[in-house]
Amino acid sequence: MSTLAARAERAAAVAARHADAVDREGRFPEEAVAAMKAERLLGLQIPGQFGGEGAGLTQIAELCSTLGQACSAAAMVFAMHHIKVSSLVTHGLDSRWHGHLMERIAGEQLLVASSTTEAGIGGDLRNSLCAVETTGDCFALGKDASVISYGAQADLILATARRHPDSATSDQVLVALMADQISLVRTGDWDTLGMRGTCSDGFRLEARNVPLEQILPKPFAEIAAQSMLASSHLLWSSVWYGIATYALDRARAFVQADARRRPGQVPPTALRLAEVSNAHQAMRGAIVSALRRFEDAHGDADTIGSVGFCVMLNNLKVTVSDMAVDIVRGALAIVGLAGYRNDTPFSLGRPLRDVLSAPLMIGNDRILANTAKLLLVQKGSGQLMSA
Amino acid sequence: MNIAQDIREILGSNEAFSGKADRLSEDDSLFDLGLDSFGSVQLMLALEERFNIEFPDELLNRKSFSTIRAIREAVSTLIQQEAA
Ligand SMILES: Cc1cc2nc3c(=O)[nH]c(=O)nc-3n(C[C@H](O)[C@H](O)[C@H](O)COP(=O)(O)OP(=O)(O)OC[C@H]3O[C@@H](n4cnc5c(N)ncnc54)[C@H](O)[C@@H]3O)c2cc1C
Repeated sequence: MSTLAARAERAAAVAARHADAVDREGRFPEEAVAAMKAERLLGLQIPGQFGGEGAGLTQIAELCSTLGQACSAAAMVFAMHHIKVSSLVTHGLDSRWHGHLMERIAGEQLLVASSTTEAGIGGDLRNSLCAVETTGDCFALGKDASVISYGAQADLILATARRHPDSATSDQVLVALMADQISLVRTGDWDTLGMRGTCSDGFRLEARNVPLEQILPKPFAEIAAQSMLASSHLLWSSVWYGIATYALDRARAFVQADARRRPGQVPPTALRLAEVSNAHQAMRGAIVSALRRFEDAHGDADTIGSVGFCVMLNNLKVTVSDMAVDIVRGALAIVGLAGYRNDTPFSLGRPLRDVLSAPLMIGNDRILANTAKLLLVQKGSGQLMSA
Repeated sequence: MNIAQDIREILGSNEAFSGKADRLSEDDSLFDLGLDSFGSVQLMLALEERFNIEFPDELLNRKSFSTIRAIREAVSTLIQQEAA
């Protein structure tokens, strides 16, 4: 019996081998995802009753970090898949259709993509323009989805939409659309600075004659508050932590090589290494304490949906995404030209370009603006250990 | 003071409920009807101002704002605490 860590390491080794080609060609990390499937990592969170392993978010976060050190794009694909799965696991247990879907995800290692971002809305998760249109037992949906990572490769897409053409933009549902139920017409190419392998193209998504039972029974407002916000910020942060860790390791190896060449001296770059390692520890502390708070809540909807918890998660995302960029840049400053070049063991171009997506992936200013509103009512607790 | 009526009036100033607040039942789920987290922040601020109360952190969750009944119960408790 192989441990989860060993399975993740094997998948990460495959991801690392192809990371440069995935980045250069801007292509889907198919080898890495095939390895994740071979190691059966896509069904980890699915409860045992549906054939999965019932893993918690902390275990998934550890894997995101392991994969993030190997290939940012593959790690982000894994994270985004599990963010969607966490919504299914949290909100789909009482629905026969979604129970069967979970069985298929675990059994067939199906890959799940996400469509929240919409033309005219941007990264404002909690509003949609497109709407579900019901006829009899079925619905149709058309969405100008300006970004769907691996939309063309996914086995299914979970998409947000208004509940009804007359609903308010915030009255949303989440629908599961199988690849063979939709047509995707590419409207934008993902030719980006970094994270090139997530293949987050824009699409016109059209679905017709989809059974109503594929709509998750809970309103999206609840899904966002109780599972998606937490899983997104915790798992994205863990991927960025992995990228920052890779950069720190390169810088450390560089400084140590220098020290070995000049015995008896501390290389001047060691001071900067100390600085970067300091930031890296603080980043890790922020993620670990957020994961602990999440686990301590034991899925309690009132705790996870509270204003204080939401502020904590928003702060985590903003802090970690900025720190990750600073750490990779700091590592590059230590390594110097050997890091700036694309052909040395210390190259840091790819992780730097990848990590620059972190503050933009739901823009930090948008998140800070959300937090600002929540702070109008949050009261302080003043306790070190309990909040 | 008619707390329930005041709550309906405040709800009516939220986009999702304008013109509909009087028709809501005590137990309709406000979140299902489109109340989002910012709507609930605005609602909370308006309630704090109207009733001269403060919602402590442990009441700042979805359950407290899920229905008119839940809001009324939270507000009544807080008013009594302020008076005591
Ligand atoms: C690698 C990657 C993968 C992605 N994959 C997916 C996916 O699979 N599915 C999906 O749906 N989306 C995906 N996204 C999109 C993501 O979820 C966000 O929608 C997107 O990053 C927001 O892009 P934007 O900057 O164009 O939009 P906007 O959200 O419109 O923001 C534009 C700018 O305005 C600022 N801003 C916005 N609101 C405010 C405010 N209130 N106050 C101050 N400033 C504000 C923002 O900070 C930002 O600088 C992905 C993004 C990345 C980077």
